[in-house]
Amino acid sequence: MTMSDDNNERRPSRAPLSATMWPVARTTIRTLGSIAVTLLGLLFVTFIIGRVMPIDPVLAIVGERASQATYDAVYQQLGLDKPLIVQFLYYIWDVLHLDFGTSLLNARPVSEDIARVFPATLELATLGIIFGVVLGVPLGVLAAVRKGSWIDQVARVLALVGYSMPIFWLGLMGLLIFYGILGWVGGPGRVGIFYVDVVPSVTGLILVDSIIDGNWDVFRDAFSHIILPASLLGYYSLAYISRMTRSFMLEQLSAEYVTTARVKGMSEWDVIWKHAFKNIRVQLITVIALSYAGLLEGSVLTEIIFSWPGIGSYITTALLSADMNAVLGGTVVVGLIFILLNIFSDLLYKVFDPRAK
Amino acid sequence: MNAINRLMTSAAIGLAVGVSSFAAYAETPANMLVIANRIDDVTTLDPAESFEFAGADISRNVYNRLVYLDPLDLAAGYQPGLAESWEVSEDGKTITFTMREGVTFHSGNPVRAEDAAFSLQRAVILNKTPAFILTQFGFTPENAEETIRAEGNKLMITTDKRYATSFVLNCLTATIGGIVDKETVMANEVDGDMGNTWLKTNSAGSGPYTLGSWKPNESVTLEAYADYYDGAPTMERVIVRHVLESASQRLLLERGDIDIARNLNPEDIAGVMEADGIKIEDELKGRLMYLSLNQKHPELSKPEVRQAIKYLIDYEGMKNSFLKGQYTIHQNFLPATYLGASEEAPFSLNVEKAKELLASAGVEGLEIETGVREAQERMEIAQSLQNTFAQAGITLNITVGTAKQILARYRARELDLYLGAWGPDYPDPQTNAGTFAYNPDNSDEANATGYLAWRNSWDTGGLGEKVDAAVTEGDRDKRVQMYQDIQAEFREISPFAIMFQQIEQSALRDNVMNWSTGQAVTSAAYWQVTK
Repeated sequence: MTMSDDNNERRPSRAPLSATMWPVARTTIRTLGSIAVTLLGLLFVTFIIGRVMPIDPVLAIVGERASQATYDAVYQQLGLDKPLIVQFLYYIWDVLHLDFGTSLLNARPVSEDIARVFPATLELATLGIIFGVVLGVPLGVLAAVRKGSWIDQVARVLALVGYSMPIFWLGLMGLLIFYGILGWVGGPGRVGIFYVDVVPSVTGLILVDSIIDGNWDVFRDAFSHIILPASLLGYYSLAYISRMTRSFMLEQLSAEYVTTARVKGMSEWDVIWKHAFKNIRVQLITVIALSYAGLLEGSVLTEIIFSWPGIGSYITTALLSADMNAVLGGTVVVGLIFILLNIFSDLLYKVFDPRAK
Repeated sequence: MNAINRLMTSAAIGLAVGVSSFAAYAETPANMLVIANRIDDVTTLDPAESFEFAGADISRNVYNRLVYLDPLDLAAGYQPGLAESWEVSEDGKTITFTMREGVTFHSGNPVRAEDAAFSLQRAVILNKTPAFILTQFGFTPENAEETIRAEGNKLMITTDKRYATSFVLNCLTATIGGIVDKETVMANEVDGDMGNTWLKTNSAGSGPYTLGSWKPNESVTLEAYADYYDGAPTMERVIVRHVLESASQRLLLERGDIDIARNLNPEDIAGVMEADGIKIEDELKGRLMYLSLNQKHPELSKPEVRQAIKYLIDYEGMKNSFLKGQYTIHQNFLPATYLGASEEAPFSLNVEKAKELLASAGVEGLEIETGVREAQERMEIAQSLQNTFAQAGITLNITVGTAKQILARYRARELDLYLGAWGPDYPDPQTNAGTFAYNPDNSDEANATGYLAWRNSWDTGGLGEKVDAAVTEGDRDKRVQMYQDIQAEFREISPFAIMFQQIEQSALRDNVMNWSTGQAVTSAAYWQVTK
């Protein structure tokens, strides 16, 4: 009897646990499986493109005047004499051991290179997206609320310019005006020459590292160097985010529940921010996540103009130099960013939209 | 960024600068030299392996050699470096170097003959891409310990036959001649690699600068070596920043955040030419632009056709338009500033003469293909050639491709014409004579892709023997004459039309003195620079 009672007491607590855990486990497994399949597909496509492209990694290493014997030796050393599928399987095996190989051109582990260049892009993209969201969302909301007003026109022109002006042009003009003529910001590079290697690298994010080190001179200098490229990238995000926000808001503001709220005497502030805006949050998350992912890929032209050693220029240089280990390593990281941001967006959906729970 | 964008950008910057003035000019510290350069070609810092321009710049300042070229007097040729003197044996095959006393590596270890022997043996044994600069003297991994040996304070190297002493010593001024600290290097050896993996990203030299840091595609920092045997350099720190974009380099220079901009395009050079506080310095570099004719082609192998092609090139027109300031006319395989270089340039655009030559060869309605790598200047040259060839009835089809595509066909002897560039490997005339005018076996089976003459299926005939003779001539003046004679014959009979030699234009703050990019013979040096 006692035993039976004990069992009866335990059962109710076990049943809900397994009932709640199984869906979580199933979702987790499905998510991990999806990540693995996506990454594998990404690797396969990049690997094949890398092999069929008309660039020669051997030539990049030995130079055009090397003898045929030297060329052949390096060709074999790189494993290029093996069947493509064997090369790919070797590569996958290494990646599973977190080994992206060694950069063919600078002889350093690709993982070390990525650990060096990715924080530069992360820092730039994060400031850029903050700029884009903080200005873009209110601008889009205002443009929708004051549709046809001068604010709407200004928002439209800003977005149009953002969409249509080549980034290298805006970047150079920004450098010329704010750095060259006005001297308000720092020039190309992450920090000025006086501050190179002054603070120890903890996170690789100079702004954060300088705070950790308590070195405010470095912080100020780094901030003066990042503000212009970050604003430029932020401006492009702003253009996209503000237009999308306006469009989402217009749809909501024409809905019946908004009219009802106004009829009920609710303040305009509450109508806009507590009702209409609340309903576009999920859509906005997608827009912002996509913008952020785009910035985290690295904006090659911005990085070139501002001599910013980020992942965009790293992958591009590697590609042009036929350094396929670096290209593949960089691609995996960019792919992971997209996947992680997607997962993060999904989680936020569940926070903001009860139907998604 | 394409040419139009480049022009637009430069024009906009020029206009903006014209109507405004720059913010308060910042100056780099008096003891620091800051250079903007493209350094994305640096793949290794090991002198036994390094074979790129930016890598050679680092190596020249970090490593000493037995003999070196003085950046303030490059015309004087090699000078005593770590070897304070040398003697040549009677048979001309052994050179005995006496090492300079009291020189130390950056580690504090003394520089010994043993280190020098180890460094040269190591380069031969590792047999990396530039190893041919040493192995051409008969050194092999098997005999390296016998042919390169140290005894006390002496280093002896024994070549397989007599060579001109100047040839051997010139080769030792190349990057591969850098002397490394044996103890430090071997302490970092992994799996018998003689420290190669470690030296790719570290240094073990005795030069005027120590390697502070190398961040690929970002920057190189060099620190003055306080105990340098010839006195510590004035510039205590040198920072080379990777700045890819010309307009960015220009802004940094005008703003005073850098001292030297090394990669300004012609539009930006023109833009800063009149700017206050900035000067432009030109130096001839070793890169040659040439056109070559495949001698397997029945028409192109006719001597008259080879001559005609050389009269169908608008040398002046190209030099004064899209190549302005970047290239000068040069029609010989030895770049100006090289031992034995010739200034002779007998060819100019002469369509009538070309037509006569083609007629005398019985050639009419010739249609040929040229392979061009997708680089702006090469494509523009190809278009100019297409235009002038058409005036003599030759149809030139241009195939543009990547380096892999075009080079693969060139090395397989498949192209009719090849429009290419060539830079010397070491500062001796043999470097170019031995590839343009030398081809010991012209058969397909030889697969001697290292010789440009072979790539064009050209049997150089008697020129090969003359090149062999010049490389063993001990008398410097006679040797100079021999190379000039070889080039005179080459100009007339070869299937190569050498067209241009590169000029490097550096833009400097006007307080920078004694700057040298090394001309055609070597790389940039920083230790002599003052501000």
